[in-house]
Amino acid sequence: MSDVSELIGKPWRKPPFIQRRWLRWLLLAGFIAYLIAAFMTIEVNWSRVYEGLERGKKFVLAFTSPDFTSRSSDIYEGMMESIIMTVASSVVGIAISIPIALGAARNVAPLPVYLICRGIIAISRALQEIIVAILLVAIFGFGPLAGFLTLSFATIGFLSKLLAEDIESMDKVQAEAIKASGARWSQWINYGVQPQFMPRLIGLSMYRLDINFRESAILGLVGAGGIGATLNTAFDRYEYDTAAAILLIIIVIVMALEYLSSVIRARVQ
Amino acid sequence: MLRLDRLVKTYKTGDQALKAVELEVPEGQVLALIGPSGAGKSTLIRCINRLVEPTSGKVYLGDTELTGLSSGSLRKERRRMGMIFQEYALVERLSVMENVLSGRLGYVGFWRSFLRRYPQSDVDEAFRLLDRVGLAHMADKRADELSGGQRQRVGICRALIQDPALLLVDEPTASLDPKTSRQIMRLICELCKERELAAIINIHDVALAQMFVQRVVGLRLGAMVYDGPPDGLSPDKLTEIYGEEDWEATIEKVDDEELETEAAE
Repeated sequence: MSDVSELIGKPWRKPPFIQRRWLRWLLLAGFIAYLIAAFMTIEVNWSRVYEGLERGKKFVLAFTSPDFTSRSSDIYEGMMESIIMTVASSVVGIAISIPIALGAARNVAPLPVYLICRGIIAISRALQEIIVAILLVAIFGFGPLAGFLTLSFATIGFLSKLLAEDIESMDKVQAEAIKASGARWSQWINYGVQPQFMPRLIGLSMYRLDINFRESAILGLVGAGGIGATLNTAFDRYEYDTAAAILLIIIVIVMALEYLSSVIRARVQ
Repeated sequence: MLRLDRLVKTYKTGDQALKAVELEVPEGQVLALIGPSGAGKSTLIRCINRLVEPTSGKVYLGDTELTGLSSGSLRKERRRMGMIFQEYALVERLSVMENVLSGRLGYVGFWRSFLRRYPQSDVDEAFRLLDRVGLAHMADKRADELSGGQRQRVGICRALIQDPALLLVDEPTASLDPKTSRQIMRLICELCKERELAAIINIHDVALAQMFVQRVVGLRLGAMVYDGPPDGLSPDKLTEIYGEEDWEATIEKVDDEELETEAAE
């Protein structure tokens, strides 16, 4: 214990994260210089922006007069396709994710299983949805089947990873108590582990449903079906009022899903 | 009934938690295991039901040797050893009834337990036990709605519904207030007497141990340094168990605090 009287009466400051003063300032100055340099490399064609503003304005103004009617059957079909894609891919993706998540949690699975499941997750996460969709459209042709498979695949990477992390941070003692009663592995998972990850699973599933719906609107752009295809067509025809109508519907549905998920999450806490 | 033969546990870090512990517990005896934190009390009882794998030595429960068992036979033997935990270790998001019935998992098949369709005799026994500890009306509450003392009672029911021959009790009162602690200790000891169970109770509250048990075992740095009746624990013996340095450390801390108070003045 050092002599306290030496410390009394002197100001106290939190010790800096980087001890050496010159290094601290050098890093900060370097970062700012890089940031400025980086911004300077972005080229802006101002005359093009000026022309584009007009088109942008038309697009924004279209939101004041969205056209739900003249393409209503296309919108309806696209929307139904999107919803079916979303629900089907979420259900299938989540069902596959749960065993993979268990396998990818180090405190539940043995090492070989762990490595395989982590590998599956890494592959699923490395391949971006659009890339997968382009590949699957090439294999299965245009239409919602490719979209459904893409979203299922993407769901696995997302849900398994986050769920596995939740399982790894579970309370070990609760699970231990079940083990001590002489339960077999499946019972141990069902009683000791599952109740602990259930709220997270439900929350993540709702969130993934939301993401899958939004993604389904993008996947149409590469021909994987859904409302995105209708949206793409509307843009191609410069029918901004129809596009605005579609975007408004998407916004309403996403907001409804958001509300639904908050209600459900509040209930399962 | 339970016999430990030169039980050794060395952790991967090289810490020797148990040094050739020899212990014999006859049928129906309630034994308190005392010692400072880190003495290996928890490790000892976890080595008995192999939640922690012992490094060497043997554990006999009745005539069965436990350390060499396959996982299937180990599950069968675990049914005979009820365990009560520090901090209760109830599955918080399951109901009180589910927690109690989980003590029967070693007896029922997966689908029965998955669908929560337990045999009527199990359900009846669960209600009888809950009633015995005064919680029958709480059966459908979620475990995390209960107070500490109530949770530990549920923990006791979960251990007893296994119909064990031995109770392994790990710091049952560590997070309870003094009054509840006594009630829980009394309940455990009463139930052991009623059912003629043997029990090993880890406890760091020496006074509480002396109040309730017939035999005390003192553990220090993984070795047994006392084995005898509760009233044989003299201050010298306690110093031997809890260690000279530990007392000094406590005293030193008090000095530091005094010094700081003086300096502040």
